[in-house]
Amino acid sequence: MNVLLDHLPEFREGFIGTVLLTLASGLLAMVLGVVIAGFRVSPIAPLRFFGTAWVTLFRNTPLTLLFLVAWFVVPVIFAPGLNPWTKALLALGFYTSAFVCEAVRSGINTVPLGQAEAARSIGMTFFQTLRLIVLPQATRTVIPPLSSIFIALTKNSAIAGAFSVTELFGVQKLLSDKGFAIAWIFLWVAIGYLVITFTISGLFRLLERRMGVAR
Amino acid sequence: MTEVSVAKDAAPAADGLVVLKNVNKHFGALHVLQDIDLTVARGEVVVVIGPSGSGKSTLCRTINRLETIDSGDIAIDGRPLPQEGRELARLRADVGMVFQSFNLFAHKTVLENVMLGQVKVRKADKKAAEEKARALLDRVGVGTQADKYPAQLSGGQQQRVAIARALAMDPKVMLFDEPTSALDPEMINEVLEVMQQLARDGMTMVVVTHEMGFARSAANRVVFMADGKIVEQATPDQFFSNPRSDRAKDFLSKILHH
Ligand SMILES: Nc1ncnc2c1ncn2[C@@H]1O[C@H](COP(=O)(O)OP(=O)(O)OP(=O)(O)O)[C@@H](O)[C@H]1O
Ligand SMILES: [Mg+2]
Repeated sequence: MNVLLDHLPEFREGFIGTVLLTLASGLLAMVLGVVIAGFRVSPIAPLRFFGTAWVTLFRNTPLTLLFLVAWFVVPVIFAPGLNPWTKALLALGFYTSAFVCEAVRSGINTVPLGQAEAARSIGMTFFQTLRLIVLPQATRTVIPPLSSIFIALTKNSAIAGAFSVTELFGVQKLLSDKGFAIAWIFLWVAIGYLVITFTISGLFRLLERRMGVAR
Repeated sequence: MTEVSVAKDAAPAADGLVVLKNVNKHFGALHVLQDIDLTVARGEVVVVIGPSGSGKSTLCRTINRLETIDSGDIAIDGRPLPQEGRELARLRADVGMVFQSFNLFAHKTVLENVMLGQVKVRKADKKAAEEKARALLDRVGVGTQADKYPAQLSGGQQQRVAIARALAMDPKVMLFDEPTSALDPEMINEVLEVMQQLARDGMTMVVVTHEMGFARSAANRVVFMADGKIVEQATPDQFFSNPRSDRAKDFLSKILHH
């Protein structure tokens, strides 16, 4: 108990770090995931190829390996001088985007083909069709898997702690190094994660109910 | 194409609004459209009939390039169909299409269904689009349903909304692919009446249908397809009373006498 009260600032900072990292990489993953899903159903072959390659790469690579690449390869080849937080954001965002993409794509596949045909036949472009007709109807089926994906993302963000980004899981290391009782630290850290994941699943359940009512 | 000559009043006028020349299409090994030549004149109503699997739907869908073709040329109002992309989208807006299964946008109200293309494709002002949508919905007799979702409407009502949605784009030509085939018998007439009225108003129409009554009363020309070919074309009177090809005779005897 005292561990928490005595180190409230550290816990708070860690908690906020996890929330921010999850939010930011979640947002990045959403944007990338939807765009790449669009690529994967597009009539343009190179885009489809790119989309497939993206998903194959990021869905099948262990996240820890992506972190290592972000830390030791990306700065050398692409962008030197990225701060750790940004590197963690990229690794988490890219990794999660592959899962978001597949969830969105399977949602797209549940929308009857006739909807897209009707949209195209009144002169909508491919992207208008996707944005105005197909994606809105796919949303309802995409929400439940997205909920799981974001909960997984929250927990995956713990890896960033091992790479010295300030976040909840890193607090555990910091304090146990100082010799505090491990069980209590773990408990408080776990509760911190629970708060975040419960919030996520609650929000998504709310969203789901909303969509259910609207038709 | 076919050796059968077409009667004077059924002859396509010189300025074909829809012109298909030597169109071929395959689905894998299946040669669904074989050397199709078809010209639809401005204001003409062409009914396409033929046995199941003869390629009627495919023909209809190639005209606005929902299906690509392997060879040949298709032109709408003198402009060849472009490749997939923005320009094709613009051209598609000039070709209205009505599907057997209605395909109304399920997440939009009836009114929104009819407004959407005007606003997003034609870039019309919202207010003007709504006015036009309401007028069109009145015209097809579903004005009171404007705020409902498609799933709350009967099939006949949905199909009339679909016609209004296509008309909202001010199309140069309307394609109908078996518009009444998914409807309960008592709803077929309300849709056919709307189509009759359209024909009387001078709309250029290509209609795939099994409704022979409609073909007789509204068509300028009947095109009979079998096995991916246009086998015969004639005025409805000629075609129904005196079909020339054996395929057509056989087909008519099956659908008219039982
Ligand atoms: N997307 C497709 N892929 C493969 N084969 C297809 C496809 N669409 C149609 N076909 C085949 O092409 C042939 C022509 O089909 P089409 O739908 O044009 O016939 P139709 O004359 O409209 O028949 P119906 O009266 O049953 O609607 C059929 O044999 C059909 O099985
Ligand atoms: Mg058909």
